[in-house]
Amino acid sequence: MTPELLVEAVIAGILLGCFYAAVSIGLSVAFGLLDVPHIAHPAFLVLGAYGAYLLGQYGLDPLLAGAVLTPIFFVCGVAVYRFYHAAFEKRGSDAGLRGLAFFFGIGFIVEVALILTFGVDQRMVEAPYIGKSLALGDMRLPMRMLVAFAVALLLTIALSLYLSRTFTGRAIKAVAQDQTALALMGADPVRVKQWAFGIATATCALAGALLIILGPVEPGLGRLYIGRTFCVAVLAGLGSMPGTLAAGVILGIAESVVLTSFGASWAPAVAFGILLLVLAVRPAGLFGR
Amino acid sequence: MKLLRARVVPGLGAIIAVLALGAIPTPAPAQDQKPIRIGLSIAQTGPLGGGGKSGLLGLQIWRDDVNARGGLLGRPVELVVYDDQSNPSMTPGIYTKLIDVDKVDLLIGPYGTNPTAPVMPLVKRRDLLLIGNFALEANAQIRHDKYFNILPWSSDSAAPFLRLCKPLAAKTIAILAADAEFAQVLATEVRQELKNYGLEAVYDQNYPPNTVDFSSMVRAIRAKKPDVVFVASYPSDSTAIIRAVNEIGVGDSVKLFGGGMVGLQYASIMEALGSQLNGVVNYNVWVPEKTMEFPGMRDFLARYRDKAKQANVDQLGFYLPPYDYAIGEMLAQAVAATKSLDHKVLAKYFREHEMKTIVGSIRFGPTGEWANPRMIYAQFRAIADKDLEQFRSAGKQVIVAPDAFKTGEVVPFSQARK
Repeated sequence: MTPELLVEAVIAGILLGCFYAAVSIGLSVAFGLLDVPHIAHPAFLVLGAYGAYLLGQYGLDPLLAGAVLTPIFFVCGVAVYRFYHAAFEKRGSDAGLRGLAFFFGIGFIVEVALILTFGVDQRMVEAPYIGKSLALGDMRLPMRMLVAFAVALLLTIALSLYLSRTFTGRAIKAVAQDQTALALMGADPVRVKQWAFGIATATCALAGALLIILGPVEPGLGRLYIGRTFCVAVLAGLGSMPGTLAAGVILGIAESVVLTSFGASWAPAVAFGILLLVLAVRPAGLFGR
Repeated sequence: MKLLRARVVPGLGAIIAVLALGAIPTPAPAQDQKPIRIGLSIAQTGPLGGGGKSGLLGLQIWRDDVNARGGLLGRPVELVVYDDQSNPSMTPGIYTKLIDVDKVDLLIGPYGTNPTAPVMPLVKRRDLLLIGNFALEANAQIRHDKYFNILPWSSDSAAPFLRLCKPLAAKTIAILAADAEFAQVLATEVRQELKNYGLEAVYDQNYPPNTVDFSSMVRAIRAKKPDVVFVASYPSDSTAIIRAVNEIGVGDSVKLFGGGMVGLQYASIMEALGSQLNGVVNYNVWVPEKTMEFPGMRDFLARYRDKAKQANVDQLGFYLPPYDYAIGEMLAQAVAATKSLDHKVLAKYFREHEMKTIVGSIRFGPTGEWANPRMIYAQFRAIADKDLEQFRSAGKQVIVAPDAFKTGEVVPFSQARK
């Protein structure tokens, strides 16, 4: 492997890693901060991708479509959490497999709804930055990956600032640490959690748009992202936004270098090997406390 | 609210129940006799769902045709269909259910190599007739004498592609294959034949399933400056690879690109990729070229076209649908000729007789593959963006190999993309 190729692989890995971070950041909020086993997260990503596709039929840029869908996804997330809370958390039956089964079911329903509405064919979108690349000397970087990189950075910075600088953001962090203490301070933990879950779901609209910008989508695509998104969220240290970005980039670089050099088949093994190694040294993840 | 709940909950329940069972009910014809039940599993969801849906429509058109003619042996034909979700781990259970619970009379294999492979030991043990539905080498090891595959493929089907290397004076090759049964069978065949065609492999990688971005691998291939790039991939990967090639480029050295890319036969993918397909030489089973005219094919495609619009499935229907219709025709021919549903009798008929179908006449060899295989390689030429109808015309997918079906000479990859 030549040094030039290695540099290209690392840069491509950073871009890919940022995409992984963008699709995982909502899960870092839902699973990392709220402890909700949101296994339907990738299904919402695919829903966001189809939303971008649908609005794209009316000439809307996929990224803009993702931004337009964000409030709708927020409301949807709030509704899903309210139902989950009423049916499981309130009754104390959210532990173990029940909560997991609930979100598995939600993911299943989303997938079927997409199949019934759009069929099983792959869907793609068009945008000026899709299919083009940025040439830097001999190096060519796909524009769609650069877009994913920029959106992931923006999402991470925005969420980090929101969680650390705003009252609601701090309340979300507080609910992750001690619900009872938060209740004693006069805040309603359930309302805080439903707000946070709404934010987690809202990120799926933007990240879903990235998903369809990056490649074709089909209704069952979400299943492929379950392992990857949970891997990033856990590696990051549950609930850490900068950690999510760092974990995504680490996995992206590892995958890209392995794919470029010594045996593409080893890419998933190397990525999950890194996860195991990090957890062995730091059980709370890279940025976990 | 109660009323709403009463309406919505049973509906959701029905959806979940259908999903949980993976079953797709197909209406039985309204005739009095006990129907002849033909069981199969065919992907309606997952990566192979696009092809599977169109294939099922082809089979359903045959069922309607045969029932309109009075059925088989005076009995109506009924399809018992399950969705294996493109998941090979589901097919053994589905076929056990088809045999033991549904008690179907005849069996058609699942769509694709990966879902078919786990079913083979079962049908061999039960000594049942199985018509393979686009599976590669599924019977090569097991050697079941009652297996017959509709895919016009043989163990040297990559040879026509490799033969193209000579006129292009190609000396080096890059091989990129998915880590899955179908792609590995094809790639192994290419690897074994390299010496015979004077080729040296300068890049040879298997990529894992669920790979998101192929630009890293395309970069690595470009760095090796190969003359030929052979790719064996599944639908979503094929799309991503073509896109990455378009963005990153594989270099001017490449004279031949393609090979075994599943998905480039699907209408939705062909339409979406448009001009990015130019120059790619890929395997196919039917394209609208003059050497591929078989009696009944055009009539079938015209009828399929109308139904495909209503069903929202592959609008072209060149790939799986006519071949799945042909499966029905073969079963009908064998059952009508032998007046039997006995698998031993039917298998003997399949082995000894020529089958007349809309995809041409078929004779089967010792392992149940076509005695005279007909895998073609077609090169995409002068493809425009956003125009599905163009693919219905000749000249857009020029057959460059094998010689018996050739409608044009291969054009170097970079030249065909200009």
